Amino acid sequence: MAMAAMLMTIDEKRMAVALREAREKLDVAEGEVVLDFSSVRRLDASALRALEELAQIAQEKGVKVVLRGVNVDVYKVLKLVKLTAQFFFVG
Amino acid sequence: MIASKATPERIQIPLIAESLSAERTAYLEDLVTQARTAAAVFTQFTQEDVDHIVKPMVLAGLEHAQHLARLAVEETRLGVMEDKVIKNMVACEFVYDYVKDKRTVGIIREFPERNLAELAEPIGVLFSLTPITNPTSTVLFKCIVAIKTRNAVIFSPHPKAWRCCAEAVKIMYETAVKHGAPEGVFTCLESPTLPDNAYLMRHKDVAMIDATGGPGAVKAAYSSGKPALGVGPGNTPVYLEKTADLNTAVVDIIISKTFDNGTICASEQTVVIDDEIYDQVMKKFGNLGAHICNEKETELLGRTVIDPQTGFMQPMAVGQKATDIARFIGLAVKPTTKLLIAPIHGVGPEHPLSVEKLFPVLAVYRAKSVAEALKVCVDVNHAGGLGHTAVVFSRNDEVIRKFGEMINAGRIIVNSPGSIGALGAVYNDLVPTFAFGCGTAGGNSTTDNVNIYHYLNLKRLARRTQNHMWFRIPNPIYFNMNAVQNLRQFPSLSTIIVTNPALETIGHVDIVRRNIAPHTHVHVLVIPDAEPEVKVVTQGVETLNFYRADQIIALGGGSVIDAAKIMKLKYESPQADLEELAAPFLDLRKRVVQYPTQKTNRARLIAISTTSGTGSEVTPFAVLTNKERGRKVTLADYSLSPDVAIVDPQFVMSMPKGLTADTGIDCLTHALEAGVSNYASPYTDSNAMQAIRLVFKYLPIAYEHPRDEEARSMMHNAACIAAMAFSNASVGVNHALAHAFGARFGVAHGRANALMLPHVIAYNAAVPAKFMPSPYTQGYVAHKKYAMIADLLGLGGHTVEEKVKSLIEATEQLLDQLGFPRSIAELGISKQEFEQAVPELAKIAFDDPSWRSNPRMPLMSELVELFWKAYEGRGVGKLVGVPEQQTVS
Repeated sequence: MAMAAMLMTIDEKRMAVALREAREKLDVAEGEVVLDFSSVRRLDASALRALEELAQIAQEKGVKVVLRGVNVDVYKVLKLVKLTAQFFFVG
Repeated sequence: MIASKATPERIQIPLIAESLSAERTAYLEDLVTQARTAAAVFTQFTQEDVDHIVKPMVLAGLEHAQHLARLAVEETRLGVMEDKVIKNMVACEFVYDYVKDKRTVGIIREFPERNLAELAEPIGVLFSLTPITNPTSTVLFKCIVAIKTRNAVIFSPHPKAWRCCAEAVKIMYETAVKHGAPEGVFTCLESPTLPDNAYLMRHKDVAMIDATGGPGAVKAAYSSGKPALGVGPGNTPVYLEKTADLNTAVVDIIISKTFDNGTICASEQTVVIDDEIYDQVMKKFGNLGAHICNEKETELLGRTVIDPQTGFMQPMAVGQKATDIARFIGLAVKPTTKLLIAPIHGVGPEHPLSVEKLFPVLAVYRAKSVAEALKVCVDVNHAGGLGHTAVVFSRNDEVIRKFGEMINAGRIIVNSPGSIGALGAVYNDLVPTFAFGCGTAGGNSTTDNVNIYHYLNLKRLARRTQNHMWFRIPNPIYFNMNAVQNLRQFPSLSTIIVTNPALETIGHVDIVRRNIAPHTHVHVLVIPDAEPEVKVVTQGVETLNFYRADQIIALGGGSVIDAAKIMKLKYESPQADLEELAAPFLDLRKRVVQYPTQKTNRARLIAISTTSGTGSEVTPFAVLTNKERGRKVTLADYSLSPDVAIVDPQFVMSMPKGLTADTGIDCLTHALEAGVSNYASPYTDSNAMQAIRLVFKYLPIAYEHPRDEEARSMMHNAACIAAMAFSNASVGVNHALAHAFGARFGVAHGRANALMLPHVIAYNAAVPAKFMPSPYTQGYVAHKKYAMIADLLGLGGHTVEEKVKSLIEATEQLLDQLGFPRSIAELGISKQEFEQAVPELAKIAFDDPSWRSNPRMPLMSELVELFWKAYEGRGVGKLVGVPEQQTVS
C-alpha cells in the first residue's frame, strides 16, 4: 500500500519553531516529509540553522525532505549556504 | 591604506596556516559559518532594508567617536586622540554623505541611451585586515560600506590594536543587528595571530580579502589566490612651486604632516621647493612652529629615525610627536615644535630621510628649476610611493598638468593637504575612503579610493540593442525612355564623359552629348571596357584636372561607372589612399578607415547605365584592379554613390541576348540576397521584392524580344531597384561563391551567379549548421522570406517548405529559359580540374566580404559542398528535397 507523505506548512513568522516541529516528526514520517514553503518570503539565520539541523537528522534517519513552493530568493540563500543538495524541491 | 610598511611591526603573514590548534581552527570555522550564513541571508535584503540599518550605524559611530579614539591611542600609543576623533567622524559622516543616496541593491545604475543597466551582487564573506595607525576609523568605514553593500566581514585587526577595533566592531554590529542586519554579519578575531590570517585568507567560504595593512599583509592577501583589495604604502612627493599661495601651502603642509602625528600614509614626505621661494617658505615654516634642522641635525635624524639596515622608518618614531622624537634622539627644540624639517640634497639610500616617514619629520629639497623639481618628485615617487599620493602647490596650470603627467599616483592633490585631501570629500570631490588603491605599480588592483563599488560585483544587464539602420540612395534618379534629357538641368562649365569604345561607336555618347546643358565644354574620356585599373584611374584624374571638370558623366556598364566613381574620389581628394580605403570592415559605422571629407575639387557625378544588372548607378561600391600588386580591391562608401542616376532604357535596347541574361540574373541575385540578408529592412525589402517580381515577369520577355520597350524599361528599373536594396542590405554567399569561381575560370559574373543560385536558396532555407550573429534579425527568417517571395510570385505551395521548393523550381525554370548552362561541368571544366581548384576557391570565397550579411554563416566545408553542387548542377529542388530541416521557428 502506498504511503502518503507527511505535509507541513511552514509559516514565516514562526519558522524556526515549525522547523523544530518538523524535525520531531521525522521519526514517524514514513520515508518522506513535504514542507510547504509557499508563504515563506525570506529566511533568517535561525531558520537556516534549523533547516541545516533538519537536513542532517533526516539524512541520519533516511527520510527524504521535500521543500514545496520555495521562492527563488529563498532558493538562492539555500544555494549560497550549500543546502540545496540536502533537499528535494517541487513546485 | 593608512598603515604602511614601516609600522611598528612589519607583519609577514605566512602562506601556510601552521601551528593552529584544533580548538582555534574550530573557532575560526565558527566565525566563517556565521559570516557565510549572514551573507546568504543578506542577499534577500532590499535597498530600503539596508539603508534602514546604515543610518543608525553611522549615528552610533559618531556618538562613540571620542570613546573609540581614546581607546585607540591608549592601546596603540600612536597618534593624537583629537585627530583620531576627527578620523572616526570622517569615516562615519563623510562616508555616509557619499553612500546615503547611492543604490547598492538590485539595479543600481541605468544607462537608457545604451540599453544598459548595472545590478549589484554582494561579494559574500570578506576577510578584512585593519591597520594599527588608523584602527577604529578603518573599522567604522568598512562596517558602513559592508552593510551598505550587503556583505559580511570577519575582521582581523593589527595585533596591537585589536581591542579598540573589537570595540568598534561590537558597536557597529549591535547597532546593525538591532536594526535588522543578519546575525553574524560582523565578527572580529580575538587576539588575532598570523596563522589565523593565513587560515582565513585561504578559506573556501571567504570570497575576498580586504587588506589594509603593512606590505606583508597586502602581499599575503594577493598571494592567497583569493580576489583581494590590498592597498599599499606611500611616499608622497610635494612640489611647492613659486606661483603658489605660500601661506596656504605652508599651513596645509603643517596640518597634513602633523595630523594624527603623520600616521596617514598619504601625508607629505618630501617637499621640493623652488629656489626663488625657498628661504621665504622656510621662514614661514619656522614662524608656524616647525624646527628647521641644520646639516648636523639632519644627519642625526637620518641615522636615528630611519633604520640604517633596512632603509625604512624606525617603529619607535611612528605616530609620535615631533618634540618626543626630538627628545628621544637628543635634539634640542622648542616645546611648541610641531614639525621637524630636514633639508636634503637628493633622494635614495644616501639620503635616508627621502623615504616614507609616518611621523612629523618632513624632508625638503631646494630645486633650481621646474625641471629639477619635477625630477626630484619623480625620484621620491619611485622611492616607495608609486601609485599612492602626490601633492602640488601652484597657480600655474601647465606646471600642475605636467606634475600630474609625470607622477604615478592614484591621487594627485592640488593646493591642499595630502593626508586629509587623499581621504576625500573634505578638501575635494574624491570619494571618501580609508583605503587608498595604489594601482599596479603599488602592487594593487586599483588606484581608486576604495568604497562601495569595490565591495560589489557589478553585473551588467545588456539589453539587445538594434543599431539604427539606414536606407541611402542617390538623389535624384531619373528613369523611363529619354530620361537622359534631364541632363540639361545640371549646369556645368566643364564636363567629362567617361565611357568605353563600343558606346562611342554605336552613338550613345552623341545622345548624351546632345542633352548636356548648353555652353558646357565637353570632353570624352574613352577607357577600356574592363574592370578599372589604377593606371586608367590615374589618367582619368589627370584629364579631370586638366579640364578643371565640374561634372563627370559615366556612360556605361558597371566597370565604367566604377572607374568614374574612383576618378571622382581621387580628383576631389587627391590624398585618398585607395589601398587603405579598401581595408576590410564589419560595420560601416565602426570601420577603421574613414573616407576623406576635405575636398580639393568638386565635381558632380551623373551615372547613366547601359546594362540592366549591376545597378552601379546607385551603389556605393567600386571595384579597382591593381595590376602591379596583382589584386583587386573593393571600395565601399556612400560618398562613392553617384550624385545623379539616369535609368534610360534607350541605352539598353541593343544589348545582346547573352548580356541581357547575364545581367538580368545578376540583378535577380542582388534582389534575392538583399531580401534574405541579415541587414534587410522593410525599406530594402520593398525594393528587393519589387525587383524580383519585375525580373521574373520581364527578363524572359527582354531576352526573347530584345526590342520590347516595356520589358527593357522594366528590367532596367529592376536592376536599379535591386541595387538600391543591396546598397543598403548587401549581398550574400552567392556572390562570394560567384566572385571566386568567376575569377578563377573566367566566367561572366551573372553566369557564375546563375550556376550557384538555386543551390544557395536551398542552402539558406535549411537549418544553418552555424547561425550568423546579427542584432538586426529576430530568429532565423531566411526560409520564410523565400516563402514570402514565392507568394509574391504566385508560385503556389501551402507550407513554407513547399513555397521554398516552388521558388527554387521557378528559378531553375527561368535559368533554363535563358539558356544558361546548368552545371559547371557543362562549361567544359573537367572534374579533375575542378577538384584541384575547389580548396582554393573555398578559401577565396570565405575571404570574400559579400557573405558577411548572409543569413547563414558558411563553413568552409559548406562552401566546398556548394561548389560541388554547382558543378553537378540541375534539379536542385528535386535533388535536395529542399528544405528538409525546416524546424526553425
